[in-house]
This record gives sequence, structure tokens and C-alpha cells, in this order.
Amino acid sequence: MRGKISRSKSSAKHTHATIGMILPLYIFTLIFVACPLLYMVALSFATPGEVHGVQWIFTLDNYRKILEPVYLNTFVQSFQLAITSTLFITLIGYPFGYFMAKLPAGGKKKAMLLLMLPFWVNSLIRLYGWIIILQKKGLLNFVLKKLDLIQKPLKIMYSYPAIVIGMIYVLLPFMILSVYSSAEKLDWSLVEAARDLGASKAKAFWTVSFRLTLPGLLSGVILTFIPSMGLFFIADILGGNKVVLVGSLIQDQMTRGNNWPFAAALAVIMMILTTLMILLYRKVTNAKEVEGLG
Amino acid sequence: MSDSFLELKDLKKSFTPGEYVLQGINLKIEQGEFVTLLGSSGCGKTTTLRIIAGLEQPDSGSVWLEGKDVTNLEPNERDVNTVFQNYALFPHMNVADNIGYGLKIRKVSKADIRKKVKEMLELVQLEGYEKRKPAELSGGQKQRVAIARALANNPRVLLLDEPLGALDLQLRRAMQLELKRLQKKLGITFIYITHDQEEAINMSDRIVVMNQGRFEQIGTPDEIYNHPKTSYVATFVGNANILKGELVGMDGTVAIRSENIILDENCKQGYSAVVKEKNFAAGQLRVLLVLSDGTEITASRFGMNANIQPGQQINWYFDLKNAVIVDNAKGERL
Amino acid sequence: MNKLIELKNLTKNFDDQQVLRGINLDIYENEFLTLLGPSGCGKTTTLRIIAGFEEPSGGEVLFNGIEISKLPPYKREVNTVFQKYALFPHLNVAENIGFGLNLKKMDKDVIAQKVRKMLKMVGLEGFEKRDVTLLSGGQQQRVAIARALVNEPKILLLDEPLGALDAKIRKQMQIELKKIQQEVGITFIYVTHDQEEALSMSDTVVVMNNGEIQQIGSPTDIYNEPENRFVAGFIGESNIIEGIMIRDYLVQFDGFEFECVDKGFEDNEEIEVVLRPEDLDIVEPSQAKINGVVRNVTFKGVHYEILVETELRTYKVQTTDYAEVGRQVGLKFGPEDIHVMYRMGAY
Repeated sequence: MRGKISRSKSSAKHTHATIGMILPLYIFTLIFVACPLLYMVALSFATPGEVHGVQWIFTLDNYRKILEPVYLNTFVQSFQLAITSTLFITLIGYPFGYFMAKLPAGGKKKAMLLLMLPFWVNSLIRLYGWIIILQKKGLLNFVLKKLDLIQKPLKIMYSYPAIVIGMIYVLLPFMILSVYSSAEKLDWSLVEAARDLGASKAKAFWTVSFRLTLPGLLSGVILTFIPSMGLFFIADILGGNKVVLVGSLIQDQMTRGNNWPFAAALAVIMMILTTLMILLYRKVTNAKEVEGLG
Repeated sequence: MSDSFLELKDLKKSFTPGEYVLQGINLKIEQGEFVTLLGSSGCGKTTTLRIIAGLEQPDSGSVWLEGKDVTNLEPNERDVNTVFQNYALFPHMNVADNIGYGLKIRKVSKADIRKKVKEMLELVQLEGYEKRKPAELSGGQKQRVAIARALANNPRVLLLDEPLGALDLQLRRAMQLELKRLQKKLGITFIYITHDQEEAINMSDRIVVMNQGRFEQIGTPDEIYNHPKTSYVATFVGNANILKGELVGMDGTVAIRSENIILDENCKQGYSAVVKEKNFAAGQLRVLLVLSDGTEITASRFGMNANIQPGQQINWYFDLKNAVIVDNAKGERL
Repeated sequence: MNKLIELKNLTKNFDDQQVLRGINLDIYENEFLTLLGPSGCGKTTTLRIIAGFEEPSGGEVLFNGIEISKLPPYKREVNTVFQKYALFPHLNVAENIGFGLNLKKMDKDVIAQKVRKMLKMVGLEGFEKRDVTLLSGGQQQRVAIARALVNEPKILLLDEPLGALDAKIRKQMQIELKKIQQEVGITFIYVTHDQEEALSMSDTVVVMNNGEIQQIGSPTDIYNEPENRFVAGFIGESNIIEGIMIRDYLVQFDGFEFECVDKGFEDNEEIEVVLRPEDLDIVEPSQAKINGVVRNVTFKGVHYEILVETELRTYKVQTTDYAEVGRQVGLKFGPEDIHVMYRMGAY
């Protein structure tokens, strides 16, 4: 019996149940996420009050202000920092996650535990630990001097490299986990097939393993790039006042600057940039999914 | 030194200390042969295959191909290709790229690769499937692409690891014929692994029956079936009854195939027994008999006969030429 | 015997595909019934509808006369054994088997006793404390069966449970399963694509293809009296030849007339004849009506499979006698070996 098959009663029942379950979550998201966002967008078009507060007069000045070199530079710096951090995180994190997936079951559990353990301690506190390591009279300089590798202590604290180190430290696990979960699903018989067909170990890796763990890599890139644009507290603690990131700027404008509309405009621009990147990521990984990797 | 086409010399392998998966196996294979390693799970047949492919290294012993010791060569350095049990098709490549993978690695020209892929697809009857993705193929089609991918590299030896295991019975039977036809046509040496004795008998020039890391017997299907050397081989291949020779006036342990046990309902000739059970399957009648010393044997024949009932006294006999002595009275192997 | 399950006009659609096209089937108490057919024929879907994992798009499922198609699986007196066992790896054998009983909050001693009884029945006495992940495939399957049966369901559903096992173990397990069914005395509904398996274990075989039932019968009936070309081709090996039923007990095919044992067709009706390869004998050309040349001989262990090419077709013969390729031979068979079926598409 060809032709249109009408939906049976059972599938209709399923839809009712599904709607019933989703509705509360939907309302929650509407109230606590969508509304604040809309408020923020509205705020970005408002005028700051004379001393403090907000005047609800429409203006594009906030956005024009962003184009001033000072503030534009902040965006550029944040971007640069994000790219640098992500690059290092990828170079360190990919091999780590890949080889972790190759460990036997017992080793995997131990590695996972070691990876997760630091998360039990607040990241702020962990960063203070880095201060102890990196400062002039800190652990790193102590060890290097003892090994006679340096004469004068290295000045790492309160500089760009310190922030990068901090970023890597905080965000590395996300890359590792992302790559690990992708590599874990890798069918090793595919690698054997590649070897069997004539590929050297390196060739087999690049043509098969790497291609198939690429989604994990790309996920990891997004998971590190986006936060690294906004984790201003790392810059604050390890960079002192030398490096100003957009996040810090926003915080500043909200507190000392008392300029909520401008802060809102900055936040909106950040949001747009982040959304663009997510869309880009989805476009790239969707292509991979079509190839049967998703 | 080796003057056979492919030779395995005294291969030993263990994965856990003290437990030997391979206990020192030796095998000589000639060019163009279809050889099957037959045995149940864990007997070592897959490990043997992987050692020939180079995916596993033996603890001791060597593998010789065309007079050269290839034991230490990487898998990609051997003229051997494998068809994996789960096909192992690259999911991120289409059928044409899968089949051409080995050729691309060896930097064959694009035009030549295209030609070879077309040739291979014709060989496995999947013309026009170049752009399909593995995820879009059925089990049987994936199998054929896996075979085409391996053969595209003109290997000297093709290794097949239970390639038909995941297929429906009907499709499996059809593919058995296909593979045999292919092998005869190409003249390549096939080394095939299966746990299905019917499959082994249908396809092989020679069968190697393996048990716990050792070769129990090597021979043609006829030899393995009609002249099993051990009770393991006799019971693993076909249905054999193992009885004490004294029951039938012979020395040692005797194996007689079920279809060679003839029943005499009139209890005139042969030995006495009691019918325990009667079973009918696919045109064959199977009767379980209990002998005078408690041993149970199975007799089978074509056609149905409803006149045999459980509990009935019945006689049985056999042609002497159908009885084979396996092991010997001391239980040692011949 | 009591009718336990009645399937009335079951249909099922998935998206635009009609997987079941009107299934009518009665299943009795204490029956070993097998749904047999190729991949995609609808046998597993039918089983899942009986289990309650799927709802039919149309039709009824009656259990002891009561409609149950809306009842969820855990409310039906039915248990399922899957191909992949689905044993709980973190529990030992006894805990796996007693799982359902534990949920029902039964007394611990009662559970232990029932578990012991089950283990004895499946031949795994003393295995209580064993680690399930270390068992062989056959052993795991037996634990899965014990786990299902300990709940004393009225019906046990088995979905290709032996598919993952080695050929030899599979054959042993077939005998075991049959024994268990007879001992426990409940209805087993079994799904498989392996016709030898179906024929050796079942009381009733239901052959399916393309969402429809092709034939229902005992293994003997299905084998000896296939009702149509599909069943004849799917079960055992066959030679299928077109012919004409001249009148009762007389059929014509391949240019000759043969006496046969079928009747009930119209005079001169177009029919199809099935000759099983094992019923054909190779004799001297002068001793048989149909003659041909031996084209191929394959050793199959139990017998030789010989292909004989005649003027109109190639016959497949299974015999223990050897005949060389190229030899002229005759094909001999008796009236009871000829089975007449309606020709497909003729009505």
C-alpha cells in the first residue's frame, strides 16, 4: 500500500510528552537567559548618565567609541592572546589527548584522574600557585639558578608570557579531553588497514588517525579560543596592569568607569565575535560530519 | 632458507606470561593455493594471520615469503594484504578513494589509479559505486569493497580474517562461491580464516585445523573429512562419533561419521543399542543411540522415517572402510 | 492447547517504509515457534511488537484474549534474550540472574534458590560468583537465558541469540535451547535467518519475506511441502522447474511426463515443480528420462554436490556417489520426490 502513511496515534502521544518535558526548560531559558541578553543589547544603545546611571536615549556613540584606537587595540590584544594561547594549547594538548587514548584501561583511568584532580581546586587559587612559581624569587628561578642555567633571575611575572602560561594551564584540559574523546572512538583496525595497504606509521597517522580525530581537535580549539578571549582574571592576576583584555575593560567600565552602556556595547561585540566563530566551527565540522565522522 | 612460496617456521607467541597462543607452528604454502585456518575462538588462527601480515611480531620463529625472511618487515613493506573481519573501510573516504588508497601511497599516477579502481569494481561487481560512502553500503557491499581495496595492490598473498562472519546465511553462501571464483581467476594465494567447517570444506584446497595454538592436521577437505587423524578433527569437522575400538572389534579410538552409521530396525545385523532421541532437520533424520557401555552416538540419513521411537531397541552397523582410527589406545596422537 | 498470543492484521510503518504488511498469527502454549526469513523481512519487528518495544501502526496483539499493544514491556509476562546478551558487567553471574527478582524485592534466600535452580538448568552449576566478562560466548548466552527465565515469564523471546557464537558452539547451544524449552514448558518465540537452525529446533516455523508471512508449518511441512517459490528457494536447496499439471497425479516438465503424488490443481494448469538435490540419483543415461552432462563436482564432506547440465537447465544433485566432470548421466527420482506448487504470479 503505497502513498501517504498517516501518523499513528502513538507518535502523536510521544510529541505531547516531549513538549511537556521541554516547556519548563524553555520558560527557564527565556526568563533567565534571553531576557538579560535583550536587556544588555538595549543598554548598549542607551546613553550613560552625567555622573552615573543610564539615560534611555538612543545613541550609537557607544559603538563609535569602540572604534577609537585605544579600545580597538584592546580587541586586537585579546585576539592575539587568544590565538597564541590556542596555538600552544593545540600543540601540547593534541599529542597528549591522542596518546592518552592509546593507554591501556588502567593507565587511562590514572591519566584521567590526574587530569581532573586540579579542577577540584578553584582556578583562581591555582593561578596564585603560578605566581609563587614564576615570580622573581619564585620556584622556577630557584631551580634554574641551582642548575646553573641562568645567572640573573628571569622576569616572567607581570608580562605577556605569564598570561599565556596561565591561559595554557587553565584551558589545556579542555583540549586534551576533547581530543581524547575523539581519539578514544578511533577504530584502530583502520590504522592497521592503512599500514597493511602500504602506509608508513607517519602516513597512516596523517591520512587516517589525524583526519578522524580532527573533530576533537576543532572542538578543542573552539573550547579554548572562546574562553581565552574572555578570561580576564588570568590577565589581571598574572599580567598586572600591563595587558588589558576586553574582559577586564568591560569589568572596569562597569565598576570604576560607571559606564554601563559602553560596557554593554563591548559585551555585545564580544558576543557577536564569539557567535561568528561558533558558526564557522559548525560549518567546518558539519562538512566532516557528512563524511561519516559525526 | 625457504623454497616454498610462503613458509611459517616454528612460530611461537604469547600475550600473557605462561600462556602460549601459538606453540611453535610450521606450515608450507604453495603459490596459488587456497588455504584455510580452521578452528574455534582462541585457537590462534587470527594471531597467525596477523603475524603473516606484520601486524603482530612472533616471540620466536620466522615468516618466509618467496625465499626471503620477512619476519621483521613492517606491514607496509610486505607484498601481503588483508581483508579485515569488520572491513575497516575508511569512513572519511568514498569507495574509489578507499580502493585506491594503497596505490596513492605508492604514488601511482591519478589516471592509473582511476583505471585500477574501475577494474577492481568490475571484478567485485560494484561498477559505478566510485562516489559512494562506506556508510551507505550494505554488509555484502562493504565486504566486496574491502576485497577490492586489498586486491588493488596486486598482493602476492591475500589474507582474509573471517570476512563473511557478519553476513546472512544466504549471502554468505553466495559470497563463498564468489571468493572461490575470484581466487581461481586471479591465481593469488589466499589464506582464509574461519570457525565454520562447512565454509572451510566448500572453499579450500587445503585446510589447517588448529587447536589451542597447535596444528591438529593439515590436508585437503577430503583428507580432513574422511581421514581425520585426531578425535578433535573428527568431531570439529562434520559430525563424528568417537567410540572405544573394543566395542566394534577394533584397536584404539575409532571415529565414524554419523551418516555412515546404518540403522537396522529389525535388529538382525550389527550391534545393539537403544534409541534415546530422534530429531529431524533440513531433510536429515538424526537419531541418538545409547550403546551397551553407555556411549552415545548419532546416526543420520536423508529422508524421514517415523518408525523409530525413543526407547526402542535397534541395531546399528557400519562399513569398515568408513571407520577411522584416531589417537591410539594410549590416547596419543598419530 | 491454549492460544497464548494472537496477532491480528499487524502492520507497521517506519517513516515511509512499510515493514509489516498484515501479519496474522496464532501462537500456542508450550510451543517452540521460529520466525524465519532474510534480513529486513520483518521478523525482528514482529518480535519487538510482541515484547512491547514497538507499537504496531495497525492491527491487534492479544494475550490470552486481551489486547496488549499499548502495554509497556515491563508490564507484559514476557522476557527477551538478545543477540548481544546485555549482561551487566559490574555484577557477577548470580547477581545478573537475580537482577529482576531483586527489583521485585523477593526474599534473599528465595532468590538464591531460584538462581541455583536456573544455573543447573543451563548447565552452569557453581558459577554463581564468576565474573561475567571472563565467560565464553556460549556461557554468557546461557547466563542471559537464565536471567530471562528466572522471572518465570509466560513467553521467552529470543532475537538471533546464537548469532555471535562459533559454528560448533552454536550447534551445541541449539540442542541445549531445545532441551531447556521442553524442560521449562513455556512458549519460546525465536527469530533467525538460519533455516537449518529453525528446522532443527522448532515445533512451528513461520517463514517471512518482505513483511508478509509466506508459510506456517512444522519443519517437516515447510521442508517437504513448500507452498511457493520463495519458501522452496529459502529452505534447503531446490531445483525449481516450470511445468504443467496435466491432471491429478501426472505432471509434465522438461519435455517428459512424470507420475507424482500431488493433486487438486486444474487440468493443464501452469505450475512449478520442486526437486530436492538429495532426492536426485545419478544413474546411467538409459535408466532415466532426463539426461545431461556433469559440469561440476564439489566435495562437501557429507556428500558431493554435482551440477548436471541438461538441455534446458542445470540441476543441482547431492549424492555420496562420485561422477567425473564430462560424464553423460541420467537423473533418477521417484513420484514422491516431485513436489508441485502453484506458479508465482499465476493468480
